[in-house]
Amino acid sequence: MTPVLRVSDLRKSFGPVEALRGADLELHAGEVLAVVGDNGAGKSTLIKHIAGVYQPDSGEMLLAGEKLALRSPREARARGIETVYQDLALADDLSIGANIFLGREPVRRFLGLLPYVDDRTIRRETAALLQRIRSVIPAEARTVARLSGGQRQAVAIARAIYWQAKVVLMDEPTAALAVMERERVIEHARELASHGVGVIYIGHNLTEILKVADRIAVMFRGRTVHVTAAGDTTQETLIKYMTGYSETEKAA
Amino acid sequence: MRSLLRRLPIETYVISFTVALWIALSLATPNFLTESNISNMMRQTSIAAIVAIGVMCTIVIAGIDLSVGSVVAFCGVLFAQMCAHGLALPLAALITLAAGLLVGATNAFAIGRLGIPAFIVTLAGLQVYRGLALLLSGGMTVGGLPPSVKDFARGTTILPNLFWAMLAVGVAVHYLLRYTRTGRYLYAMGSNAEATRRQGINTFRITMVAYVLSSSLAALAGILLVSRLSIASPSMANAYELQAIAAAVVGGASLFGGRGTVLGAVVGAVLFTTMSNAAVLLSVDPFWEMVLEGLLIALVVYLDNLQKRRQSGG
Repeated sequence: MTPVLRVSDLRKSFGPVEALRGADLELHAGEVLAVVGDNGAGKSTLIKHIAGVYQPDSGEMLLAGEKLALRSPREARARGIETVYQDLALADDLSIGANIFLGREPVRRFLGLLPYVDDRTIRRETAALLQRIRSVIPAEARTVARLSGGQRQAVAIARAIYWQAKVVLMDEPTAALAVMERERVIEHARELASHGVGVIYIGHNLTEILKVADRIAVMFRGRTVHVTAAGDTTQETLIKYMTGYSETEKAA
Repeated sequence: MRSLLRRLPIETYVISFTVALWIALSLATPNFLTESNISNMMRQTSIAAIVAIGVMCTIVIAGIDLSVGSVVAFCGVLFAQMCAHGLALPLAALITLAAGLLVGATNAFAIGRLGIPAFIVTLAGLQVYRGLALLLSGGMTVGGLPPSVKDFARGTTILPNLFWAMLAVGVAVHYLLRYTRTGRYLYAMGSNAEATRRQGINTFRITMVAYVLSSSLAALAGILLVSRLSIASPSMANAYELQAIAAAVVGGASLFGGRGTVLGAVVGAVLFTTMSNAAVLLSVDPFWEMVLEGLLIALVVYLDNLQKRRQSGG
């Protein structure tokens, strides 16, 4: 089966700093692939290439077998790549539905003339959607301002499901959350995968990573050094690869 | 009961307060509830409300427009000069509105493309357009206008024409804000500009819409004010920006962006007109009136701040 996303030998320098020195990634539909690594290993830089924020110096990305050369985050979205940010994702003064449909509102016309946003459809679809992801958010909450961090992420995830994203990038999604809420986010990531979405999950907490991921890719100094099934590895092994211990061992 | 009270929109309180003020005034002075006073108040309110509606749009995107008072004066003088020099009224009005549009586009460009804070851009505008109004009028009142100029504002079609003008503007802007995608993006941008941009929305276009609306409505107010006074003075509409901002904020617009309605701005304008009318009728020293207005503005912004803090805390 063609992977939904294939990244090969991606390289990127910022001035004298080589942030990526040959990153590889293969993501399949319906799986959660965790990307781990120490600070500065290049996880975020890699993700930002997939999200269209950065353009690589060299290397290639393929989305479902088709060449992916993104010039902007907007283009990434149009191709079916959604990013769930830990913050900055929602407009507080808008309703949940308005947020899910932001930028893609359905429009109808009064008497075939004056266009207006079809809020009735938005409300109906939103209610159905929240039920589908079994979210505990009250659909009638007037704005998202009072939602908790986890609920806000559920809204962002609902958005990705509704717009049938192929790839969802979750960048440190639990960093700012309470323990209970982290569990919800893990469930949401699994939920996304069960809808056939390819999920890339970036995180620090290895216990959490082992729980959420199907496969794990370890990055070290700008390269992918190790890829494993989550069931076949342990925290100790991952830490060895993350700290470069196994590389020096090989070199010796 | 308490939760019900909290859920009521802020307009409800402002309307109640205004109505209470009306009742008090009609008891306190025989001159309040007269036909001439009421139609005079309606005319005054209408022009103030049109300016307030425009400024409210910039507040919704978490911006501000401090230049509207000067733009009213500049466009009023421009309109009067053209009329005094024999240009046909509709053409003069059209050119004046175009000038207002251009002012707004310039503001939006400076804010959205050059990245200068809205506060600074429009503060500069406040000075520039007042200066242009003085230049264009030679520092003198522009009079000797053809009598047809005052026909519109002095005329009445059941209610004063100016009131109908405000109603038309109000309905149009309400439709834009409440029912169109552009309107929704104004609120989205004021709420979280970065998130709005990430959803692929052109925030520069939204900035353009807000500031062009604000300046164009100020230009319209300039035309209407000249029609009402049948002269144009370069010093007219002084401090209108403050009243307009205050009216919008009293009516529920948040200076943090993301909130504000046409109804609120109109209700706010009615309140401020009532207050200055009360000051005249009760012969309160106009200097005290300024002090009171200033304090009311400070109080309202404080309440806005409080609400925002409570919201982010909960």
